[in-house]
Amino acid sequence: MRKILITLLFALFGTTANADGHCSKPSGSINILANDFPALRTFVETAKGCKGSADFKVTHSSEHNKIAVPALTANPSEFSARIAANSSIVPLMNQDLIRPMDDLVKKYGKGIQDSQLITIDGKVMAVAFMANTQHLYYREDVLKELGIPVPKTYEEVVAASEKIRASGKMQHPYAAAYKAGWNLAEEFVNMFIGHGGEFFKAGTAEPNINNAKGVATLNMLKKLASLSNPDYLTHDSEAIKVEWESGKVALMTLWASRSGTLLDDEGDAKITAATKLTGPATVGGGNIPAATLWWDGFTLAKNRSDSDAEATFIALAHAASNKKMVADAADQAVWLVEGFVPGPKSIGVIEAVKMGAKPYPMLPQMGLMHGALGSEIVEFLQGKESAEQALKDVEAAYISKAKEQGFL
Amino acid sequence: MPNKTFFWFFLPTGLAMILFIGLPIISTGIQSFYAQHDQVVKEVKKCDPFGCTVSIVVDQEATSILRDEKPLGKFNGFGTYVDRNHLAIEQISDFWKETDSFGEFINQVTNLPFYKALLFTLTYCLFVTPNVLLLGFIIALSLNAISRKIRGPLIFGTILPMIVTPLVGSLVLFWMIDAEGIIGANLQLMMEDPYLSLKSSRTLTWITIIIYGIWHHSPFAFVVFYAALQTVPQEPVEAAIIDGASRYQRIRHIVLPHIYPVVTFVALISLMDNFRVFEPIIGFSAEGSAQSLSWLIYDNLVNEEVILFGSAAATSMMTIIGIAILLAPVLIRTWKEFRTAR
Repeated sequence: MRKILITLLFALFGTTANADGHCSKPSGSINILANDFPALRTFVETAKGCKGSADFKVTHSSEHNKIAVPALTANPSEFSARIAANSSIVPLMNQDLIRPMDDLVKKYGKGIQDSQLITIDGKVMAVAFMANTQHLYYREDVLKELGIPVPKTYEEVVAASEKIRASGKMQHPYAAAYKAGWNLAEEFVNMFIGHGGEFFKAGTAEPNINNAKGVATLNMLKKLASLSNPDYLTHDSEAIKVEWESGKVALMTLWASRSGTLLDDEGDAKITAATKLTGPATVGGGNIPAATLWWDGFTLAKNRSDSDAEATFIALAHAASNKKMVADAADQAVWLVEGFVPGPKSIGVIEAVKMGAKPYPMLPQMGLMHGALGSEIVEFLQGKESAEQALKDVEAAYISKAKEQGFL
Repeated sequence: MPNKTFFWFFLPTGLAMILFIGLPIISTGIQSFYAQHDQVVKEVKKCDPFGCTVSIVVDQEATSILRDEKPLGKFNGFGTYVDRNHLAIEQISDFWKETDSFGEFINQVTNLPFYKALLFTLTYCLFVTPNVLLLGFIIALSLNAISRKIRGPLIFGTILPMIVTPLVGSLVLFWMIDAEGIIGANLQLMMEDPYLSLKSSRTLTWITIIIYGIWHHSPFAFVVFYAALQTVPQEPVEAAIIDGASRYQRIRHIVLPHIYPVVTFVALISLMDNFRVFEPIIGFSAEGSAQSLSWLIYDNLVNEEVILFGSAAATSMMTIIGIAILLAPVLIRTWKEFRTAR
């Protein structure tokens, strides 16, 4: 399967006659809910190019997760489509809020590749158009000056950061989005998967993190945190991006989708020139990277008329198979669309795929685990409790929530 | 006012209160006794751009039958109230048996999310409320004493913290105390400790939020006290001056007794507000170190991808009960005074 993706990422074999994607001029009403970053704006703008006579509305919001379920539960739903990812499609599936689109794919989805289809139980529930992951960024000038090779494992990241700190060049040479809550939990998920951990006992919703792998994960997170800005618990992706651009950080784990804003013309040209990307690091001698693969794709709301769903699909499928878009916006994202030529900003994702990174677990109860992690491991990082106690707390918090939700 | 007139006078307000406050509270109360149905899951094949796996999903057909039968969910009684994320009765009795010392027991209990939040909420109330009253009173007295010419602009300046939206106010302070911000960086210089961070230490975060709370709420107390001070009759004050009473004695024996009912009122409102402390936690991104009851409700509703209505409802009900308990002494006292006044 990995081979297919690599071919897909590298290949240039597409020769479809219609280079701008298909557009069958829909009519009706289209209303899209999406996260807010440049690639998604480009995607939705492209879809707008195929709105025909339809009424076209879009809401870009970084708070999209909070709006999605209530907005799609209403009947008729506020939005006809939602741009989702591995994790955010789960609540929609759990509540039965999105519709299968096999018929629409057959009828209007000519340019969409099979590998873009997210199928669950044989039904197409989403169409993916870009991939994302978290990987390492480094400052070439700083590493060269101190004679440090580009780190491949988190152990090397720690050693390199310690060396940079000892040299007196930087006080807090490492950065990652450790903001308490979703971000911090995501770092735990990455590191735990890097250690080869499984979040649940096979085939059940019973938690399985209070073990040696969990402890090793926490200890690594704490080591990295001690090399970061002391305010790390309040720093999200945006905050560490600012830290990087002010030249106070030499090694960083950050989303691939943010590379565009790091490497643009804004900010200090010297730092931008020395900013280099590499694949995600492995940890604890494991061979799969301590990172998760993500896709972004569109889903169609169930509680909306068939004609609106059709119109929405036509417009979004136009963008999801648009070669002109992926050529023009090649540096905004790693597009999964046919005809994409990966540039230097896509290195992180491609490396992650090559190294065999796992996708973020798409399980119905994963959101509860993620939530429990985000609040319960904070005290361990602050040095207020032991790793075992923190993991025990996570499991206990998760179990109560899972019981209330009927998973246990 | 005759009772009948009062009834018609009060009716619109009363109806609105029942509709927008009473009914939602009742609905929240009912919700808190229910949990989600047992999830029926099935194994299916999932494929995405990264490969195919066999994984589980919620079986929608089976679930919708359950949901149609009982739309509210599974009756859970006080199950949600006593679970580990709320009152944690079972866990606490375990801790009592397992721990050797009382200090360790307290440590274990305050490690539970509900008690952790309660501890912060109460600490916040206990520090902010009296200081708000005191500071508000002092500012009101000082402003009342200065020349009328400059009083206007000064009053405006004083109530500025209340005018500034709480989130904006806390964000401004948040960036100032960042390790790279003006206050944070200078503190590091002064203390000669490059690792000092106001935001990473729990104690310092609590102190920051409490100071912010006092700064934000004092103007409210000030405005009410200042208005009350205008009603203090001048004759007894002048008489006291002639008798040789000091400024402190005049305030203690004439001004304070006169504005006493207002003090009670401000204390009540202030306590209620502080018990619901929420915005500064979001503004300061302090979730890691400080959690309040309101924040727990927010967390259950929006921070997870799965919305925990039962949990949020149970915490809401306990917050309401908490406010009632806190206010009880003041309310009883007011009621007694009202009775004796009649």
